[in-house]
Parts: sequence; C-alpha cells; structure tokens
Amino acid sequence: MIDQRNFMYMFYGFAAAWVIVTVYVGLLALRERRLRDELDRVRRIVEDSGKRS
Amino acid sequence: MRNKLVYVLCLLAAGILCWQLYNILLNLPNEKDQGAIYRIVYFHVPAIFTGFMGFFVALGASGMYLATRNLKYDAFAAAVTEVSLTFATIVLATGMIWGRIIWGIWWTWDARLTTMLVCWLIYAGYLMLRRAIDEPTQRARLSAVVSIFGCTDILIVWKSIEWWRTQHPAPVLSVRDGGGMAPGMESPIYWNWLALMCLAAVLVMIRMRQENMAREIDSLRRMAHSY
Repeated sequence: MIDQRNFMYMFYGFAAAWVIVTVYVGLLALRERRLRDELDRVRRIVEDSGKRS
Repeated sequence: MRNKLVYVLCLLAAGILCWQLYNILLNLPNEKDQGAIYRIVYFHVPAIFTGFMGFFVALGASGMYLATRNLKYDAFAAAVTEVSLTFATIVLATGMIWGRIIWGIWWTWDARLTTMLVCWLIYAGYLMLRRAIDEPTQRARLSAVVSIFGCTDILIVWKSIEWWRTQHPAPVLSVRDGGGMAPGMESPIYWNWLALMCLAAVLVMIRMRQENMAREIDSLRRMAHSY
C-alpha cells in the first residue's frame, strides 16, 4: 500500500515538472504569436506613414 | 543556423531524458528507506542546478549591463531569469510532493525551503518590476540591481543546509562532500542536468528572439511617431 502511494507520488512529481515546462512553453508560444502580429501591424503603420509623408 | 542549433539541442535533451527515464525507472533499485519516491531527486536536483546556473548567468549579464549600458545584456539577463524561474518553480513543486511522502507535510518553514521560496519571490519580483517600468534604461538599471541582490540569496539557499540543521536533508551528493549515493545512482542526476541545460538553452534562445522582436516593435513605433 505504502509502495503504491510512493509510486503514485513519484509520478505526480515527474508530471508536475513536465506540466510546468509545458505551460511555460505554451506561454512562450502565445507571446511569440502576439509579438509577430504586433510587429506586422507596426510595420504596416510605418510603411503607410512613410508613403503618406 | 540558430534554428538548427535549437533542433539539435532539443533532440539532445529528449534523447538524454528518455535514456535516463528508462534508467531511473527500470534499472535503478528503490532506495532503502524512501522506496520509489526518492527518484524525484533526478528532476529536483538537476532543476535547481539549472535554475541557479541561470541566475548566475543573469548576474553576469546584469553586471555587464551596468558596466557597458548595452541593452542587449539586459535583454539576455531577462530571458535567462525567466527561464531559470521556471526551473525554480519545478524545484518547489517537486520538493513539496517529495516532502508530502517523506515528512507527511506539503510545506514547512525550514531554512532551505524558506530561503528557496524567498529566492523564487525575488526573481518573480524581478519579472514583475520589468513589466511595471516602461522606460528601457531605467528598467534595465533597476532590474540589474535586483538580479545582483537576488544572487546573494542563492548563496544562502546553497549553504542553508550546512548552516542550519532543520528538516531538509544535509548535503548528499559526493561533489558537496555529502555521504554520496550508491555507485550508479548519482550519475543520472548529472545526465538530467545536462539535458535540462540543453532545454534551458533552447528556451533562452526563443525568449531572446522575443526580446529582439519587442525591441524592433519599440523602434518601429518611435519611427512611426516621428513621421
């Protein structure tokens, strides 16, 4: 019984480590997409402003 | 070139982790007193080594920023600190799960745990501070100071298990003159550390690319305002 609980918590430990890494990678991916969108938007604004002036 | 390096490091990290996971789960015996749960050490310790290494690299980059006032060093320090904080979070989470079985409690205000939590809070504060300040040079200067201050706590975390004998075990690894582990039981810690360092390097490279994009956005915005 104790061994089974031990094993279960060991897997919780491993899972916790990988969940934290996965969540961080997911947040990085979201931030990357947001930055790319923002970069495209600002580039378009600069190009438009350049043409007008 | 950089993308290639990212793929190579990812493959290297995945290969080592799979190999060591097989080794840890199927080849290594249970520990005499702790049973299977001791295997958490193979992520707990490499994660803190990786985190602390990152915080020291951030310290170097922050020092370089203060010396040269080049914002590239500040961006690098921010990227490394954020990734290192992720590994510090892993340490706290895996430590709590381990403690739940071995001590019967999720948390105790023992010297090692408390100083580690303080360390985590300092670096979380570092990231919050960066979000709160818009002016780049002021943000970089204050962040560098916090990063240097945070590193003093790392030394306290490191030595805490020698200075105060509380709940957390004394040094075990042979590199710290602990009793050492049985032959073959210690080496997976260093292999996993290598794998996590590869993973951290990949995350820092991605994070640096984002810092560069943010800088480009800022300069384009300034250009748009000047028209």
